[in-house]
Amino acid sequence: MSVPKDYKFSESHEWVREEDDNIVTIGITDYAQDKLGDIVAVELRRVGDEVERGESVGNIDSQKSSSEIMSPVAGVIIEINEDVEDDAGLVNSGPYEEGWLLRIEIEDASQLEDLMSAEDYEEYIGTLEDE
Amino acid sequence: MSHTGDLKKTALFDDVVKAGGKMVPFAGYSMPVQFEGIIKEHHRVRTHVGIFDVSHMGQILFRGPNAEKIVQKVTTNSMACEVGRAVYSPVLLPDGGIIDDVIFYRTGETEWLACVNASNKEKDFAWFVKQADGECEVIDQSDLYAQIAIQGPKAPTLISRIFGAKAAELRPFSFIELDYKGANCIVAATGYTGEAGGEVYVPNEVASDLWKELLAKGEDLEIAPIGLGARDSLRLEMRYSLYGNDIDETTNPLEAGLAWTVKFDKGDFIGKNALVAQKEAGLKRRLVGFVIDGKGIARQGYKIFSGDDEIGVVTSGANSPSTGVAVGMGYVPVDFTKTDTRFDIDLKGLRRAPAVVVAGPFYKREA
Repeated sequence: MSVPKDYKFSESHEWVREEDDNIVTIGITDYAQDKLGDIVAVELRRVGDEVERGESVGNIDSQKSSSEIMSPVAGVIIEINEDVEDDAGLVNSGPYEEGWLLRIEIEDASQLEDLMSAEDYEEYIGTLEDE
Repeated sequence: MSHTGDLKKTALFDDVVKAGGKMVPFAGYSMPVQFEGIIKEHHRVRTHVGIFDVSHMGQILFRGPNAEKIVQKVTTNSMACEVGRAVYSPVLLPDGGIIDDVIFYRTGETEWLACVNASNKEKDFAWFVKQADGECEVIDQSDLYAQIAIQGPKAPTLISRIFGAKAAELRPFSFIELDYKGANCIVAATGYTGEAGGEVYVPNEVASDLWKELLAKGEDLEIAPIGLGARDSLRLEMRYSLYGNDIDETTNPLEAGLAWTVKFDKGDFIGKNALVAQKEAGLKRRLVGFVIDGKGIARQGYKIFSGDDEIGVVTSGANSPSTGVAVGMGYVPVDFTKTDTRFDIDLKGLRRAPAVVVAGPFYKREA
């Protein structure tokens, strides 16, 4: 299971990548897409929406289930990936790259410190598999 | 994942795990939701053949001189079929609510074997015992049988290889009893996918042998095990109701599109008076099938709107792999049930997806 080193992670399996100027990109992890199986639809909140940390910013439907995407950060949605709304399978094929979901402008970059590092996240999913 | 210790295992559990089944809790059992992937499995059943471990289903036997009277009383469909025939029927509460939907196999002049939904086993058994009131035997045989569904266009070939031509050429809803490795099995031309094939009720002792033989003898037919995920998408494409989603104790057969299973002329049965009254008063709502016009997936529990008015609720919904569109079913007022009627599905508040009412199954096999 791939876990990129320079990303940060939430317990609900979203990832965060810091871009420039308090902008972050978020998506779901390789672990999450593998658990979901064939992803058939992605619905996202709209650009301009203000979101709280832990608030739903969209929904992912796999063939077997429907899951909410929880924002790992608080901020304002400044861009959504329209490509995944057209072709949801991108989340399966490239969860960390072409399958990204939203870009969010955050006010306070310190909130990223609460998220897991790649190392911590790897350990975390290891404990889930042991259950 | 932490509750797997409390779950029951079917006789095929080890085989299913070995085949790569992703196990999930379902109706108290650890069952495979998928193997190679739901969409691949779905297509395999539509084009080749797949086998399903459905041993979680329950089997309840009615036996005795008065068995016919009792099975007629607890069902809406006619049980007066020939021995060797099976009948699908709802089982009703006195108010017309559906306790379960069941296939009754007439295994003898005075004997019927009811195949009930896994989640309703205990409830059904208690109900049947109460209604029989000692007039016939009611025996829970659920723990004796495993059940394997063999479904797909290549299924008859495979069934013929193992059970002979007669078993492969059964008319829909017919069955035969035969010997497999010294155990008495029922091979029935029933299923939940809309494809050819059947379902085998096999005693637990030889179930694993049969599973292995099916996989070995079906190899050239591109057989593979299929999970509950594809079972759900296959049945939804055929618009078969799923108990707990599309039908339950708050719905009745008339509004659920199961009027064809209600034989008002067969004599008295539980729920008859309520259905007659409902018919006279006219239905208020009906279960309809719809396709989503564009993107979006409807799911159980999503609300249905017409303009600003909430008019109903989705009972089942998913992507349909065979047609490439999203489909669903839901209850709406009778004014919204005509083909081509449009309404909107609320996607968890994110967006409203337009939907169009369609008649019949979502998927039709090419002739």
